[in-house]
Amino acid sequence: MTFLYLFWEFFKIGLFAVGGGPATIPFLFDLANSDYGWFTQKQLVDMIAVSESTPGPIGINMATYAGYNAGHSVMGLAGGVLGGIIATAGLVIPSIIVIIIVAGFLKAFSENKYVKSAFYGIRPMVTSLVLFAVYGIVSQTFYQDGAFAWQVIIISLIAFALMFIKKLKKLHPAFWLVLGAVAGVILKL
Amino acid sequence: MVKNLLSLFLTFAKIGVMTFGGGLTMLPLLTKEIVEKKKWASEEQLLDYYAVGQCTPGIIAVNTATFIGYSQAGIAGGIFATVGMVTPSVLIIIAVAAALQQFMEYPVVASALMGIRAVVCALLSHTVITLAKKSLVDIVTAMIFIIGFVLCFVFDITPILVVIVGAIIGIAVNKVREVRKK
Repeated sequence: MTFLYLFWEFFKIGLFAVGGGPATIPFLFDLANSDYGWFTQKQLVDMIAVSESTPGPIGINMATYAGYNAGHSVMGLAGGVLGGIIATAGLVIPSIIVIIIVAGFLKAFSENKYVKSAFYGIRPMVTSLVLFAVYGIVSQTFYQDGAFAWQVIIISLIAFALMFIKKLKKLHPAFWLVLGAVAGVILKL
Repeated sequence: MVKNLLSLFLTFAKIGVMTFGGGLTMLPLLTKEIVEKKKWASEEQLLDYYAVGQCTPGIIAVNTATFIGYSQAGIAGGIFATVGMVTPSVLIIIAVAAALQQFMEYPVVASALMGIRAVVCALLSHTVITLAKKSLVDIVTAMIFIIGFVLCFVFDITPILVVIVGAIIGIAVNKVREVRKK
C-alpha cells in the first residue's frame, strides 16, 4: 500500500512542480510534515545535500532518495530500492505524458496566451512556496532540541555571505558542502 | 529502431552521469551531445525544447529528454530517453543512501552532516534569492508573491492549491489587461 501512495504522491509532484528541481522542495517539505512518516525534515536536509553533490538532475535525485527512505521505513533495503524506483517513475510519468501531448504543437503551446498568463502567475507563487519550505528547513536546523545551535547558525551565515562574492558564486555546491563537512568535523558539531 | 532506442538510452544516461545540478547547467552538455555529436536537433530546436520544458510541469532535464526522444523515435523514444536520463541518478542515489545509513551512527559522520546541513541552509537561501530575481518582474508578480506568502505562512495551504491559485490569478490578470487595452 505504501508503494501505491508513494507513486501517487510523486505523480502529483511531477504534475504540479513547475520550474524543475527547486520547485519540488515545497512538496517534499509537505511530505516530511505529513502523516506518512516516510522521512523527517532533518532527513530532507540530508537528501538535499546528497542530491546537490551527486551526478544527475537534483529533482530526480531527491525523488529517488525520498522514495528510498519511504520504502526503507516499511521494508528495509529491498523496500528502499523499490521505493526509489517507484517515486522516480511517479515523478517523470506526468512529464512524459504532458510533453508527448504538447510536442505536436510545440510553438502554439508555448505562445498560447492562457499558458503564458498561467505561468506568469505560477512563477511568483513557486517562489513563495520555496521560501516557505526553506524557512521551515532553516528554522529547524538553527533551533534544535529546544535551543539555538549557535555554531550551525554561524557556519551557515558565513557560507551565505561568502556566496554573494562574484568569484565564489560559480563554485559548485559540492565544494561548499565539503567545506561544511570539514567545519562540522573540526568543531565536533 | 531498436538500435535507435538503445542509442537514445545510452546518450541520455551519459548526460545523466555528467550532469551536476540539472536545469540550466545542463545546456552546454546537451548542445555538445545532442546537437554536435548526434545531430538529433539544431541548436535552435534545442533552445525551443528547453524553453517549453521550463513551462511545462516536472523536472526540466526530463522534459527536454522526452522531447528529443519523442522527436527521434516517437513515444518509445521519449520513454527510452527519459529512462536513460534517470537511471544513473537512481543507481547512484540508492547506493549513497544505503551507504550513508550504515555510517550515520559514527560521531564523525554526524558532525560532518551537521556542518553540511548548515551549508544547505545557505545554499537554499540563495536559491530563494535567485528564484525571486527571476520571477518577481513587476508589481503584479510581487503582489502575487505576497499572496502566496500569506497562503503558505498564515493558512498553510497545500502546495498544489497554491500553484492552482497562481495560475488562476495569472490568467485573470491578463484578461483584465486585455479588456483595459480595448
